[in-house]
Amino acid sequence: MALRDKRNRPVVAVTGMGVVSSLGTGLEENWEALVAGRSGIKEITRFPTTHLRTTFAGTVDLPNVDLRDLKLTIGELAIDEAVRMSGIGSPGDFPGPLFTAIPPVELGWPARRRLYEAVAPEADEDAYDRMCRAAGLANDREEFEHSMYGYVSEKLADRFGTRGAPISLTTACASGATAVQLGVEAIRRGETEAALCVGTDCSVTAEEIVRFSLLSALSSFKGPPEEAAKPFSKNRDGFVIAEGSAALVLEDYDVARARGARILAVIRGAADKNDDFHRTRSKPDGSAVIGALRATFDDAAMHPDEINYINAHGTGTPENDKMEHFSLDKVFGERLRGVPISSNKSMVGHTLTSSGALEAVFSIQTMHAGVIPPTINYKVPDPDITLDVVPNTAREQEVSVVLSNSFGFGGQNACLIIAAEPA
Amino acid sequence: MTREVWITGIGMTSSLGEGLDAHWQAMAEAENPRPVIDTTSFAPYPVHPMVPLDFSLQIPKGGDRRQMENWQRVGTYTAGLALDDAGIAGNLELLSNTNMVVAAAGGERDLAVDQTILEGVAAAESPEEFINERLSNDLRPTLFLAQLPNLVAGNIAIVHKVTGSSRTFMGEELASVSAVEIAARRIRADQGDIFLAGGAIIAERKDVLLVMSGAGWAWTEEPVSVWARPARGGGIILGSVGAFLVLEAREHAEARGARPYARLGTVLSGRSRREPGQAAATAARQFAEIRKEAGDRPLAMLTSASGLSPLTIEEQDFLSGLIDRGELDTVRATPNMLGTSVEATFPSMVGLAALALSRKGFYRPADETGFETAVKTTPTAIAVNSWGNWRGEGMGLVEAID
Repeated sequence: MALRDKRNRPVVAVTGMGVVSSLGTGLEENWEALVAGRSGIKEITRFPTTHLRTTFAGTVDLPNVDLRDLKLTIGELAIDEAVRMSGIGSPGDFPGPLFTAIPPVELGWPARRRLYEAVAPEADEDAYDRMCRAAGLANDREEFEHSMYGYVSEKLADRFGTRGAPISLTTACASGATAVQLGVEAIRRGETEAALCVGTDCSVTAEEIVRFSLLSALSSFKGPPEEAAKPFSKNRDGFVIAEGSAALVLEDYDVARARGARILAVIRGAADKNDDFHRTRSKPDGSAVIGALRATFDDAAMHPDEINYINAHGTGTPENDKMEHFSLDKVFGERLRGVPISSNKSMVGHTLTSSGALEAVFSIQTMHAGVIPPTINYKVPDPDITLDVVPNTAREQEVSVVLSNSFGFGGQNACLIIAAEPA
Repeated sequence: MTREVWITGIGMTSSLGEGLDAHWQAMAEAENPRPVIDTTSFAPYPVHPMVPLDFSLQIPKGGDRRQMENWQRVGTYTAGLALDDAGIAGNLELLSNTNMVVAAAGGERDLAVDQTILEGVAAAESPEEFINERLSNDLRPTLFLAQLPNLVAGNIAIVHKVTGSSRTFMGEELASVSAVEIAARRIRADQGDIFLAGGAIIAERKDVLLVMSGAGWAWTEEPVSVWARPARGGGIILGSVGAFLVLEAREHAEARGARPYARLGTVLSGRSRREPGQAAATAARQFAEIRKEAGDRPLAMLTSASGLSPLTIEEQDFLSGLIDRGELDTVRATPNMLGTSVEATFPSMVGLAALALSRKGFYRPADETGFETAVKTTPTAIAVNSWGNWRGEGMGLVEAID
């Protein structure tokens, strides 16, 4: 008899996962660093940082990769690992749809400069007229295919042979969780027996750093870069921008079991709720974040008491950590003090659109290893945040049900409940 | 569980006007429908410019308007029209359970800042440091928020209080197909009762025209029908369009006494690597399903054929085959009247199809080549078809509710 969840839907299993971050390539390298409490944050060497308020990041530095293709390349690495682990399909033939969380696409300064300088100026022409003219003459299809928003997921679909039209999505810094959520929904609808959910982001450019700095979102810590990401600390001063990708193979539980796949975890609940308060801040009463949390428990037909670890959004911005604590408090009540909560971002940095996918992978690995990665750089506790943040050192502890939070600009709030067992 | 999907609200803004009456008048009632095209402001690129909109009517707070760039204002404004039209604007309880799927790009540039940098960078001792300095000093904090695609949905939430789930899809025309497709699939499967799905684009942006030009897609001659362009090298004329739909489970619509325009049938998205004939092969499989679902009713089609060569040649051959075999009455390429509208493509075509069905009429040809012919009978089922200019093929069925 087919296994159904408490809401009589197909159960969604995770059978493969892969990850690339500033900590390394592959789950093993990443996990080793996470439980050792090692940071991937370092001074930026990719470009000069003069005039920038922040000079460090969690970059992924791969040799011989065109920077335009970095997010595609690391997305492929993560998917390749996940698909191999799951043993699903055959190479280049994945039996399900692709959901890709990616950042917005831009032409970039090297391309803009090249175009501008490619042709001599004409009268009554501004810089964009001139670049448009040069671009028309150059007819460089490859450059402009890169500026299609669908480019990365089309290339991933080409390579991995996913079914149907790929979906490229963004819910800002909640995107990775949204990719998983879309896969869960598709399997529950019975449309597909498998889905490939990936987030990939390589946004460390000077312009991106300026943008986040202007919104006062980035840490401008003056000490060692590896100590800059300080989630839940009193002296936290912003997030650290980082790069990374993660992929999860989702499958109908019964189908996965029938083919003898190893079930790594089960996605028990997934939900999102939009805030209507402000473009970059949560409603002061926390209602949207609380709404997302409650909707996730409702979707899973579970109670907060069943959670034994929280993988925090935990960016290290003053605002996020305060609101995440406040909202969790409203939903969990006094029991919250007894639930360990840690922020992978203290080591990986904030990989923006891919962070929800990375943290889903790390949440699952936490259950497998029976070790909770720490929140590092926790030296100055914030008296207003009374959480067990697993400070500085990993903790051996059995974990069977994880809540993973992801919040983003534009009022995006998405949560996942991931468990070791289907019920 | 499978539930019917009704279209209960439509918001439309474009070069033809604001709202459904303006579009019906320009495209169906006018003796000789004529597009509105500005051939001078962005010469050599013609564009279908957005009609002037009084944004304060849908975005009352000046602070909100200032926090957006134009494409977001158009999206937020047009979403408001759809909510008004569905009779749910201001219904906070319902809006808190209304879900969004928005198709969007982003990346709006500050052209003046870019110009300053490009003018100065060649003479700078360190070009990269010069760029850092200028960006640090000159960028506006709010511009970043206008560059994020999901901030259309974010602004709709803030201004109109739509606060259910919210997802934004990217990827040009295909994103607009997927937005409608996923909303409909979720409604059918009881993963949500009511959705706001749509997209918006402003063509009057040089940063957007730059991509068109660089891809070799820009039409730079006097505007002609999309069906006439491939023989002359092919090309796209972009149009500014906002299009949002309120999609709703039939039971949900009936319970609140909402009046539907039409029923949304199957929506199919697909892809190919775009080797010759592959897009047509994907579309043929999709059409077979749509044709079957439409039963023995005559079928007309709205398509987003954009005038590219060879893509539009392949599409025209495919469509001619359907017409010759009697499987399709006739087609209208909506870009002839609206321009190519990228992320607004599919919602605008679904909206126009629903409008035609509710008014028991169809659109007049706006094509000097004669490929588009008058309908033989007024359709009660309309197919909508979109081949992405780069990738992705999508098709859907919109049916009259009797």
